Amino acid sequence: MTTIDNSADVAEMPEPDPNAVSITINGKTVAARKGELIIAAADRVDEYIPRFCYHPRMSSVGMCRQCLVEVEGPRGPMMVVSCMTPVADGQVVRTDTPQVKRAHEGIIELLLANHPLDCPVCDKGGECPLQDQAFSHGAGESRFVEEKRHYEKPIPISDLVFLDRERCILCDRCTRFADEVAGDPLISFTQRGNNTQVMTFPDEPFASYFSGNTVQICPVGALTAQPYRFKARPWDLEQRESTCTTCSVGCRTVVQSSRDELLRYQGVDSDPVNWGWLCDRGRFNFQSVNSEDRLEHPLVKSGDSFAQTSWSEAMESIARTLRHASPGSVAILGGARGTNEDAFMWAQLADAVGITMRDAQLDDGLPTDIFSYPQATIDSACAGGTIILLAPDLKEELPVLHIRLRDAAEKKRIRIIEVSATESGLTKNAWRSVRAESGTTSAVVQSLLADAQVAAQLSSGPVVVVAGRGNLAESASHTMSAVDAVVSAVPSATVLPVLRRGNVRGALSVGLAPRSGADAAAILEASANGRVECLILLGADPLSDVPDADLARRGIAGAKCVVALDTFLTPSAAHADIVLPVAAYGEKDGTTMNLEGRVTNVVQKITARGTSRADWMIAAELADSLGHDLAVTTLADVQKKMASTVPGFGATTTSVAIKRDGVVVSVSSPVRTPLSVASAAPRNSYEFRVAMGRKLYDKAVGTATSPALSNLASGARVTIHPLDLERVGAAVGSNVRVSNAHSSVVLPVFSSESVPRGTAIVPFNQPGADIRELVRHGESVIDVRIESVS
Amino acid sequence: MARLNEDNVRLAREIIGRYPKPRSATIPLLHLAQEQDGYVTNEAMAHIGELVGATSAEVYGTASFYEMFKFEPVGKYLINICGTMSCALMGAEELMHHAEERLGIHMGGTTPDGMFTLERAECQAACTEAPCLQVNYRYRFRVTPQNFDDLVNQLSSGQLTEEIPQHGTLTVTRQHIPADRGVGAVDPELVTEGPAWLDGKAAL
Repeated sequence: MTTIDNSADVAEMPEPDPNAVSITINGKTVAARKGELIIAAADRVDEYIPRFCYHPRMSSVGMCRQCLVEVEGPRGPMMVVSCMTPVADGQVVRTDTPQVKRAHEGIIELLLANHPLDCPVCDKGGECPLQDQAFSHGAGESRFVEEKRHYEKPIPISDLVFLDRERCILCDRCTRFADEVAGDPLISFTQRGNNTQVMTFPDEPFASYFSGNTVQICPVGALTAQPYRFKARPWDLEQRESTCTTCSVGCRTVVQSSRDELLRYQGVDSDPVNWGWLCDRGRFNFQSVNSEDRLEHPLVKSGDSFAQTSWSEAMESIARTLRHASPGSVAILGGARGTNEDAFMWAQLADAVGITMRDAQLDDGLPTDIFSYPQATIDSACAGGTIILLAPDLKEELPVLHIRLRDAAEKKRIRIIEVSATESGLTKNAWRSVRAESGTTSAVVQSLLADAQVAAQLSSGPVVVVAGRGNLAESASHTMSAVDAVVSAVPSATVLPVLRRGNVRGALSVGLAPRSGADAAAILEASANGRVECLILLGADPLSDVPDADLARRGIAGAKCVVALDTFLTPSAAHADIVLPVAAYGEKDGTTMNLEGRVTNVVQKITARGTSRADWMIAAELADSLGHDLAVTTLADVQKKMASTVPGFGATTTSVAIKRDGVVVSVSSPVRTPLSVASAAPRNSYEFRVAMGRKLYDKAVGTATSPALSNLASGARVTIHPLDLERVGAAVGSNVRVSNAHSSVVLPVFSSESVPRGTAIVPFNQPGADIRELVRHGESVIDVRIESVS
Repeated sequence: MARLNEDNVRLAREIIGRYPKPRSATIPLLHLAQEQDGYVTNEAMAHIGELVGATSAEVYGTASFYEMFKFEPVGKYLINICGTMSCALMGAEELMHHAEERLGIHMGGTTPDGMFTLERAECQAACTEAPCLQVNYRYRFRVTPQNFDDLVNQLSSGQLTEEIPQHGTLTVTRQHIPADRGVGAVDPELVTEGPAWLDGKAAL
């Protein structure tokens, strides 16, 4: 017999986790944590409990009572609602007893009492939790023979969402979402008892940027989205998981199609990114891929119009131009709307030929130096500490990042210090929100850092600077200098760059970043001065996106030959000499990089339109005809080459990269160029200083070509303080002339108390008169006069 | 007639000041709106939302839960006749028929001169005094058709103006709590002492 001495082990045994509890579900022992709900613990061990109102990303309300389970109590088993009952050590849960089954059947019968059985014509039929669970957990019959409740069949509660109150089971998911997640409580339960219904305020629609999520989480067919209504049956849909590239948040989606046509995007829960949510712009712009206006064939300019041409002729024509041009006179703009592979191959082509002029941004972002600071992730930003927002209105530009930061602020995990020209969607959640008129961002940040209270807050925990181009009427150097000031004061601070276009960070990382300071503005200036033989636009539309409209115009006009690769004939493409149709989102495989540097995959779901191809194929073929063998024939070749060429991309060759959460690639830090901040000239009191930001719905090609979204743009306008409006002597909605030395535009004027005195807010790229006519790249700020025209 | 008038905005701010969180004042402000206009207008709900920091939809959601908030104009006098068991046994049906004939309107309707609205009500907790009714929530007990006619005549001729203010007015004399007695805008969790008006007595 051997004696075993356990004393050594005991001494080394770690302290038991005070939060660990052990429960039993249907006889299975489950390790859980204090505070966890029974239903969540059961989900982890695949013991399915039926539910309608419970959603893991929202608070529990116990509305539907469907998730009743039996828990052993001192007086025997008792029924509890598993979405409201936390686990407790030693708890014994049963989900399969006759009593539980009876309860489940009873609730289903109750919910179906007033539910119309119009499943054959209901969009949800086939993917409906009520339908599914009526089969799996219902009795199959109802004792209810009376007349069901009737309401007017679907009523629009917004431009995008329809509500059928007869189908609603009052689970509180949509109303909870609107309040807790979106922060737009524009729908609410109204009336009482049998008359309870979800409703908006009269004449105030559910105009949330996130309204489409309510359709996705509705457990019945009560909420339907206008773009998908009666378009397909769920069993006819095919789907592949992908990543949304509408903005650079990189929300995980499934792309669904039927008969080779995109019909719907649905959010997928990626824990580090979107938690299952999407914004309406990202959700509904699949319509743009299906648009009639898509380019289908290569076009060549002849006279004032385009003639259709063949790929071989178009490619030969481009190759001829490039052969005759010196590499120093060729420029590449764009690449931020495609995949990493697209951008990488164009960078490879540029390297092979010797093209140095390249930029994936259009003078509307920040210098790539922003990537040289220690980088944050969305999760690290939301984990705790202080967020310094030196960014555009995230609700307008990166909506799901707004949701994540808002959630962290609402739950008091983070404190937000906002520095912006006007109030934003996060102002209500900010600990400090400071107005900085154009040209003063850096100075305002400096004075904030000197504030004792702010300094104490900053030293209390991690600091993340969320940095983007908040104001397109202010030179980027002001933001950069402000970021620099924060990082100098708090050396441990990290930066989350929030540049807008879907794959802007990817394109910049794989080789389309400007070389030796020659950014888009410098390239366009060179082009305007006749120094560009060939300007290649990779899904770039400088005429719409460059803040200085005049510069863009001169740049496009000055180039001897313009080649545009695009899905639509954008204003810039319309000025091109050769236009190549390229595969859109959903028509090509590849990878994309979000604002954190996270690489995930995007997938092809439908056949590319007409003869269009992926950008990377065009680059490879062009290189070949120029005598440079880039040695790639398949996408896998490109990815292999990218992984071995681009530092940090090695990790993306593994299968991890194409999994849901992707991998965060750390690209080696470029050398930071010393900052020179252009100081703003003092202005006289009759002038207004312009602040220019983007809105979610604008003239961007994917939005403008999606019928459901195209009419949601607010339109060009100028908004000033009510007292300023009085001073100008104009009525709300009337036209005013906004002018400076360069030009003048006539815009309707509106007023808001949230705009500081002396500031004029003008949204960017809206239908109507274009404020960009007043912008000059070299000027640090834009001062204007505003006069009533009557 | 729409948003809260200037006097009522001042009062609204005072009421909001009594609560730790502004939106706790939603229901008192809805009463204020109903007192001003006789019913709760959409504009008033939007205004209340602005004052307490809620959306119009949230104010409407709260308001529409309660039977006593009206969203359509009602008469100066809202007459609720109880139709529940005790009153029904003691002649409520006959009383309702009589009322409809006397005023020339159906239950739920309002007289063309805007004086009276008739409603059928559930139990008003005065079963020993059946049949009963309420005029702007002021009781009338053991009402006979003759009593009803007298009541209508008295209301029409203004004899009861003192006793029964027009619909929407909860109390003739408004209670004013001095500002120094309010808790103010503090987190409810941080309130450890009883309210000042308890004069040092324990809260519970």
